[in-house]
Amino acid sequence: MIRHESIAGRIVKYAGLGLCLLITVFPLYWILVTSFKDPGTIFAYPLRYWPEKWSLDNYTGLFEQSNFAVYLGNSLIVSTVAAALATVVSLLSAYVLARFEFRSKGAVMGAFLVTQMIPGFIALGALYVLMTRMYLVDSRWGLMLVYVAVSIPLCTVMLRGFFENVPASLEEAAMVDGCSRLSALFRVLVPVMTPGIAASYIFNFVNCWNELFLSVTLLNSDSNKTVPAALNGFISSYNIDWGSMSAAAVLSILPTMVLFAFASRYIVEGLTSGAVKE
Amino acid sequence: MAATKSVSGRKHFTGRTGLVLFAFMLPALVFVGLFTFYPLLQGVQMAFRNYNLNDLSDTSWVGLKNFQTLLGDEMFRGTVWNSIVWVVGSLVPQFLIGFTMALWLRRKFRFRGTYQALVFFPWAVSGFLIGILFRWMFNGEFGVVNDLLMKTHLIDTPVPWLADARYAMIAVIVANVWYGVTFFAIMILAALQSVPDELYEASAIDGAGKVRTLFSITIPSIRTTLALTVLLRVIWIFNSPELIFGMTGGGPANETHIVTSYMIQVTQEGDYGRASAMGLMVVFVLMVFAVFYLMAIRPREVKRPRKVAAA
Repeated sequence: MIRHESIAGRIVKYAGLGLCLLITVFPLYWILVTSFKDPGTIFAYPLRYWPEKWSLDNYTGLFEQSNFAVYLGNSLIVSTVAAALATVVSLLSAYVLARFEFRSKGAVMGAFLVTQMIPGFIALGALYVLMTRMYLVDSRWGLMLVYVAVSIPLCTVMLRGFFENVPASLEEAAMVDGCSRLSALFRVLVPVMTPGIAASYIFNFVNCWNELFLSVTLLNSDSNKTVPAALNGFISSYNIDWGSMSAAAVLSILPTMVLFAFASRYIVEGLTSGAVKE
Repeated sequence: MAATKSVSGRKHFTGRTGLVLFAFMLPALVFVGLFTFYPLLQGVQMAFRNYNLNDLSDTSWVGLKNFQTLLGDEMFRGTVWNSIVWVVGSLVPQFLIGFTMALWLRRKFRFRGTYQALVFFPWAVSGFLIGILFRWMFNGEFGVVNDLLMKTHLIDTPVPWLADARYAMIAVIVANVWYGVTFFAIMILAALQSVPDELYEASAIDGAGKVRTLFSITIPSIRTTLALTVLLRVIWIFNSPELIFGMTGGGPANETHIVTSYMIQVTQEGDYGRASAMGLMVVFVLMVFAVFYLMAIRPREVKRPRKVAAA
């Protein structure tokens, strides 16, 4: 860079960046503070920007009044397994799409991209009918299979971007040494691509963890509910208990926050490189 | 599926390799085919049938009746208008703020990595939860938004944001702008980093000012990314009713219902025929939009390299 920024320009830039940060963080701060307020002071006026007394009552209340531990467990199982399965399946398809040319490749890529543009829930009714026929309604495993299908297209595109950063000579050398294609993929390529694969897995996990409409439609018994479906139940009731609600919100953001902190850089890289290559 | 040769063009495959590759593709194709494309085709069919879960005694073919019912439905027409306001109202500020942020973030400064991680975080939270967060903040009595606006003397009395039809749409759009700015910033920042420094140095030597550089160097260099990001965002904002679901549930008096949130509601009521018809209309409109949009941005892209070649 030859030209230097003027002092006024710098002040505007840093003030702007500071303001953006403040605005971004504030809603998260607010829900966190609310969740730790004594239930009596949540509706106190004037508003307290810093709780006078920190309290865990909202959290204990949440677990006493609802099966929130069960919902958390359900979400955890469904998201963990679905994300893993989707990542493995996508790894195979991404490998083929990154390394080889074949006649129907354009059609496959096109079909995957179309799923991103047409919202999955357009077929929500038809999916419900299909799942009924397969005896997979109100089953966590059924929901998991659907999540795998929903995750595959974008995960494939992401992993394809990561594959293209690894030279093909690597697995070709392994195959010359007698590896099969599958073992070359898992023994040679996977270790090299670990950060990308981890990022794809986390991306899948976060998407499954956050999904609402499929879980509300496909699960109906309370013992199968996932966290977003439970939150939906809380807001459907006429009077929202904002204390428990904010505690539930904090608990449901926490896992994604931790995971995203580790992987955000790689996720962005995977999405942009995958998109740019296409 | 016949494999012919690798990307590098060096290696030719036998039929056996083709078979192995097909086996690699198969699981992905089965999953996506069974749980995405099959229901999609069934859904298209349902749009032309009388298919209501509450009464499945007659699921006969009714042609365009579902579409006619919708076009005559005042609520549906309202949701179409709301969708347009929602998309345009969210997209324009997201674009402008996201672009500005990306320009600020382009140059290195201390703690840039930490800053980015913090600012990009909302991206990992579901729209639905964002809706709940903002539902609490925009609460008319105990909401922090009113409190802050009154403390800064921008308003004198509390505004019933989510209870009053006039303000509810503004409130959901504000939440959506907050939620979506980051994605623009990420995509534009990624594109900006691919613009060579030499271009900026040359424009500085030529004495171009900041504004001139922005319009003559920066924007033309990343035009493709800008155009595609805008297209993706239009589709995405249109198709994402989660935030509205969490924040207003479509209320008050359906003033914040967009087409897709109305569609979810109709699905949950069991009228799959009408819901599918709505979905089909959304897809049709978005596809027509995408085609015209891509046609509108294409000619300029073709011209640019030619100019370079002539020079």
